[in-house]
Amino acid sequence: MTTGFLSAFFSAHLPVLPVLLPLFTAVVLLLMGDGLAGGSQQAKPSKQRLLSMASVVLGAVFAWRLMTDADAGALTVYPLGGWQAPFGIVLVVDRLSSMMLALTWTIAVPVLWYATAHWDLRGRHFHALFHFQLMGLSGAFITGDLFNLFVFFEILLIASYVLLVHGQGPERFKAGLHYVVLNLAASALFLIGLAIIYGLTGTLNMADLALRVAKLNAEEAVLLKIGAMILLVVFGLKAAIVPLYMWLPGAYSVASAPIAALFAIMTKVGVYSIIRVHVGIFGEGAGHAALVVEPWLLPVALVTTVLAVLGALAAGSLARLVAYLTIASVGVILASVGLFTSAALSAALYYMVHSTLVVAALFLLVELIASQRGDAKDKLLPAIAVAQPITLGLMTLLAAASVAGLPPLPGFLGKLMILQSASSSSAQIWVWSVVLGASFLTLIGLARAGSTLFWNVLPEPPSPAASTAPSSAGFSSRTLASTLALLALGLLLAVGASPMKRYTDAAAVQLADTASYAKAVLGPLGGTAAETTRPYRGGDGEVILPNLKAGAGSGSGAQP
Amino acid sequence: MMSLEFLVASGIGVVTATGIYLILRGRTWPVVLGLSLLGYAVNVFIFAMGRLWQDAAPILSADGRVADPLPQALVLTAIVIGFATTGFVIELALRSRHETGTDYVDGQAADKTPETRDRA
Repeated sequence: MTTGFLSAFFSAHLPVLPVLLPLFTAVVLLLMGDGLAGGSQQAKPSKQRLLSMASVVLGAVFAWRLMTDADAGALTVYPLGGWQAPFGIVLVVDRLSSMMLALTWTIAVPVLWYATAHWDLRGRHFHALFHFQLMGLSGAFITGDLFNLFVFFEILLIASYVLLVHGQGPERFKAGLHYVVLNLAASALFLIGLAIIYGLTGTLNMADLALRVAKLNAEEAVLLKIGAMILLVVFGLKAAIVPLYMWLPGAYSVASAPIAALFAIMTKVGVYSIIRVHVGIFGEGAGHAALVVEPWLLPVALVTTVLAVLGALAAGSLARLVAYLTIASVGVILASVGLFTSAALSAALYYMVHSTLVVAALFLLVELIASQRGDAKDKLLPAIAVAQPITLGLMTLLAAASVAGLPPLPGFLGKLMILQSASSSSAQIWVWSVVLGASFLTLIGLARAGSTLFWNVLPEPPSPAASTAPSSAGFSSRTLASTLALLALGLLLAVGASPMKRYTDAAAVQLADTASYAKAVLGPLGGTAAETTRPYRGGDGEVILPNLKAGAGSGSGAQP
Repeated sequence: MMSLEFLVASGIGVVTATGIYLILRGRTWPVVLGLSLLGYAVNVFIFAMGRLWQDAAPILSADGRVADPLPQALVLTAIVIGFATTGFVIELALRSRHETGTDYVDGQAADKTPETRDRA
């Protein structure tokens, strides 16, 4: 009886659990304290670690369950507080959002495991902030409301502000300040864009918006396009595209390893939002504002890729190199999104999953390597030999080959799909030359880094006592195992390429089908049934209550 | 002659311009002020997107004029979030000043604010 109630409860409320679970976990963790008060570094917060790990594993189970449901074709709509869309806020779990959700939680498990090796002792409340971050990420991926997306952006950002400076030190605070100020300015822009869109359409529900933007006349559409472009700037800052990527290498390279690995998904929040808004809302069916970003997205993405790869070639440390590779991967993904075809979108999604996993693994790997190189850390300079050249070298080789796109690794498959999907486009020559050229330069950059790190070895330093002490700090069987797990997940995508491709194909098709999305989200009250007088302009001397029937402006009051 | 719309629009414009000017300054305190001003301007802007109303209740009623209540709810949310982030960025700026020894956002001009002077 209890199990029946429980299973009914879970199936009814599953969509909201990836948001609520980390929220409650974080609150409990805050109440428990982190055992670090008074600077007692020795105390191991084992209870907190256990709770944190258990919660993140449970969250991953929820996320995968949601993805399995979505894979079966379910488009789950969860009205928060029971308010019907478009008048209330809804969570929408479709293939795209559940895939991003599963990706987030799949990365979170090994990254948190890695952090419990020693990073969670380097500052206060690591676990609580980690869960707040997961809450913001999950919410941003599954919300069906544009203003709610802003709120979840703020939640994930404010957690990330603190996590970025986790471990402290002047470098982190300097990069952290830039990151915070830029994102606050972007939040202001986000609100301006939202307000313009609301003022013109009278709704913020994504499904409702997709129907309403098409109805604006050419004059209003000009303003609407401005709103859409402002949102592109905002999401572009999160995703780190030209010219808004300058903050990323500094921030990601100074962040502690597990945080940088978790932040690998943060740029993808920007990419996801661009897909959701500029493909889902301002797509082909958006009337005068249709495909408003099309002339911009592809060129900007290609320039991003080129500049990021050049930055990777010039990078002086491995962490910076990986940070630039993050930007390059975003460029490739957005170039594919910018083709605005279903096949290209599917390829972009496949490549996004893979590149996120591999970049996260690379960020962890950076610290493993750095911990064994004495004072040189991850700088690309000759230094003492690493203690495990074969293990670390092979891991670097696999990750690097996949990032660069060598067969048979999944990075190759992803880039191949992107090239194939561009083959019928007029921009084919640009996409092909940039993606292939960038892959080649990535290979050169990583080969240079790898040979410096593993082969250009100095003899043991004269004072071995000084170098042995810090060398074991970041390395343990746990950090190695969690990095391996993350890397293996990324590489497994080559084996699972066929079901994965089927999934992303279906996700792209589902995204293009705005009619059934709107039908599922808005229900019987939505669509044409919700033809109220929105945007609500009122008028002098007129009774201007919303009316449930279209065109009933002559004013007879509400008809509930 | 001077309509309410013109007053509100030019007010938003002036505050936004001031905010942007301050954000572009080199030290953290003007930047924080600039972000706050930008936040105020944005809040009024959201408010204005529900159209400007006089003598109208922000709730549906059977008779009389009503103002659009949703932008007011949005502004309330934005104010709360803006308050929290402003508090955080002030704290971060102070901590950054403490850690790096300078309140310049890019860490430059450190020689102009020697730590020795503050300790004295």
